[in-house]
Amino acid sequence: MSQTATVDHVVAPDSGKGAVDYIRNGKGIVSWLTTIDHKRIGLMYLGSVVLAFLVGGLFALAVRLELLTPSRTIMSAAGYNQAYTLHGAVMVFLFIIPSIPASLGNFLIPIMVGAKDVAFPKLNLFSLYIFWIGALITLSSLVLGGIDTGWTFYVPYSSRVSTTAVVNVTLGAFIMGFSSILTGLNFIVTMHKLRAPGMSWYRMPLLCWALYATSLVQIVATPVLGITLLLLIFERAFQIGIFDPALGGDPVLFQHFFWFYSHPAVYIMILPGFGIISELIAVHSRRKVFGYKAIAFSSVAIALIGFLVWGHHMFVSGQSELAGTIFSFLTFIVAIPSGIKVFNWTSTLWGGSIKLDTPMLYALVFLILFTIGGLTGVFLGMLGVDLHLHDTYFVVAHFHYVMVGGTAVAFFGGLFHWWPKMTGKMYSEKGGAVSAILVFIGFNMTFFTQFFLGSRGMPRRYYNYLDQFQPLHAFSTVGSWVLGAGFALGIVTLLVSLKNGKQAPANPWGGLSLEWQTASPPITENFESTPVVTHGAYDYPLAQGQKEHA
Amino acid sequence: MNKPHINIDSFWLPRQSSTLAEKVDFGYYAAYWTGIVFFLLITGATVYLVLKYRRRTEKDKTSPIAHNTALEVTWSLIPLVILIWLFFVGLRSYVYASVAPAESYEIKVTGEMYLWTFIYPDGTAVVNELAVPKGRPVKLIMSSKDVLHSLYIPEFRVKQDVVPGLYTTIWFNATNAGDTALLCTEYCGSGHSDMLATVKVLEESDFEKWIEQQSGPSDLPPEELGKLLYAKKSCATCHSVDGSPMQGPTFKGIFGRNEEFSDGSRVAVDENYIRESILNPQAKVVKGFPAVMPTFRGLLKDREIDALIAYLKTVK
Repeated sequence: MSQTATVDHVVAPDSGKGAVDYIRNGKGIVSWLTTIDHKRIGLMYLGSVVLAFLVGGLFALAVRLELLTPSRTIMSAAGYNQAYTLHGAVMVFLFIIPSIPASLGNFLIPIMVGAKDVAFPKLNLFSLYIFWIGALITLSSLVLGGIDTGWTFYVPYSSRVSTTAVVNVTLGAFIMGFSSILTGLNFIVTMHKLRAPGMSWYRMPLLCWALYATSLVQIVATPVLGITLLLLIFERAFQIGIFDPALGGDPVLFQHFFWFYSHPAVYIMILPGFGIISELIAVHSRRKVFGYKAIAFSSVAIALIGFLVWGHHMFVSGQSELAGTIFSFLTFIVAIPSGIKVFNWTSTLWGGSIKLDTPMLYALVFLILFTIGGLTGVFLGMLGVDLHLHDTYFVVAHFHYVMVGGTAVAFFGGLFHWWPKMTGKMYSEKGGAVSAILVFIGFNMTFFTQFFLGSRGMPRRYYNYLDQFQPLHAFSTVGSWVLGAGFALGIVTLLVSLKNGKQAPANPWGGLSLEWQTASPPITENFESTPVVTHGAYDYPLAQGQKEHA
Repeated sequence: MNKPHINIDSFWLPRQSSTLAEKVDFGYYAAYWTGIVFFLLITGATVYLVLKYRRRTEKDKTSPIAHNTALEVTWSLIPLVILIWLFFVGLRSYVYASVAPAESYEIKVTGEMYLWTFIYPDGTAVVNELAVPKGRPVKLIMSSKDVLHSLYIPEFRVKQDVVPGLYTTIWFNATNAGDTALLCTEYCGSGHSDMLATVKVLEESDFEKWIEQQSGPSDLPPEELGKLLYAKKSCATCHSVDGSPMQGPTFKGIFGRNEEFSDGSRVAVDENYIRESILNPQAKVVKGFPAVMPTFRGLLKDREIDALIAYLKTVK
């Protein structure tokens, strides 16, 4: 009994007494725009990134529709190049990078460690405003000539040739970088300084470990992107020669700078997804996580080794063969900690009590898709094989398996998992389950097809393509409609619950971490009084049966 | 414009048309079968466990086992060994692809928006058509005139970025006579996906003949030669003859047409304007079109320019 006695007094499901919940605490738009409550800020991030996801998704559907036929279908070559560039830039900078950390992370980290808020609440609000400003500057390109460089902004095309609004997009990404850095800083300090009594490092939920590792990468890598984009802007505006060989610069140098950030950024995108999956699998199996420390430290290992593999994006760029060889070897090493995680998640199912709630369905979708994404990465890490596959649809398929099948699916799983906590509403399980299944089917139709395209020699970023590829392209396009319907149904299911959903109990899934020990939705300061923690986040056999699961 | 074709004769990969291809494909299938085995293990275990451990009651007792060091070391070390093996498999074909035999036949390649020029040892320059002898190592020494490009021949399994201000090289030894596709795989602007060439793998004797023919058949009337050059020198990539707008203005009815330029001036198209536009395309750019046409100085002889002009007069 003593296991949970200390947290029982903070369980205040539906108490209605005492402090009012964070949503009703303050009315009107001004109370939201001036809030320093991490939960409200997280919710505003959530709205922003979901909006960005919809914008990026519409571009994706347009790109796929254009590729239905080998020549013009609905738009010009210039229009197509803008559509895929904006799809990439919006999805990377406005959706995936901020998605899990800034929305769910902001909402959950302080509660999970038993704090009232993040360490620097005003800085947190400031980060949101920086994000909004950067996002608006990026999106201003939509009406100021678009952008057609690809989200990678490779020089000298971006610095000299393109006549589109390159400066707006890069400046926007530069500004959003500060939001990323400051949010990372806030999370790290919060986890170091604001853990509740008894919340040792190894009792923290694995989402916290994952976001800690993410924050490290955000702080260390993002400044490099900032400097690189600034140099690009200078070169474009003032013709100083950094990257353009016509001005005495080096275009391969740009790629080194760019990937020095953007490869670690891949881990900024996927590590939070890992964290969510650890939560979903443990809680919906009600089982102690298998290999807690292995999962926790593999996140940190990935964050560190991830800094040393950027050159695997450049095997055919003109970098030296020796550099390519070293980068290839390190790439294989970084595969190990990701593999360890997958094995641990699968083992956590063993001896569990598994219920296929919507979040668990999304977690299983993640497990399958991420496994394919990881295993196809092995092809690309092999030097000789990459000669054939580099910059083909094989690469497109691979990173969508990781970024969409991994991160976006984890984000949706997490959204369904914590939605009752964030809003106090239960959603339709049927709607959630159907959306997960549609996403799984549509995703594989869209992207598994692209492994064939790439292996057979179809280059990426092609507006016109060889007629022989049309059947596969057409199938992929049809898949994109199913995938789009799946995600749309997920979002609609959640939104409908706001109006029609039943009141959520404090702990609908039987979770043991602290966010489930406070009301749904939580009160402004998260807990009636500071919780005292006496067990780990997943001590299931110990705590099980001692708690009332609603 | 006739698009090239990639011959595909297996479920996953194009035909193996170079000595490198089978080495690359060995690595591909090594990763492929490794992937299949691990995928089946992981998803098989997942499906089995989810079915076996479905929740039966709210009071289900779950396993307290938190880790197993021996198991965890095993599942870290076995993949590590396999991955290091795969690294060396990948390295082997890469080393083979990186070191050209000393006796290789050298062809200079220039990439520019949006065409490929191949220059043979005797100075013959050919646009968008790369003829190579079968069974003889060929080395391409490549550079770009403007932005990044990448030269990719799927059937040969070779790919290398083409960078301004830098020479990059690839080599191959073609094993199948016939045509295949060469594609640009580094995004280079609105004509990126039209930056294609045909690779013609010829028997040694045919190859010698082909080189001789490149100066152009001398017995053709100028209009006919011009029509041939329109296709061969890739004018067709950007200029239609049926009135449809592409990267550049259509050639339909071009001779005598009154064109307005980006600086607002106008001229009626005549012999001098066409010649200037071929040799110095940026001098007068037609309004509404990007200034992206490369110069053909050095690629066309005077007789060929005359022939093109004669041909354009016939396009109505």
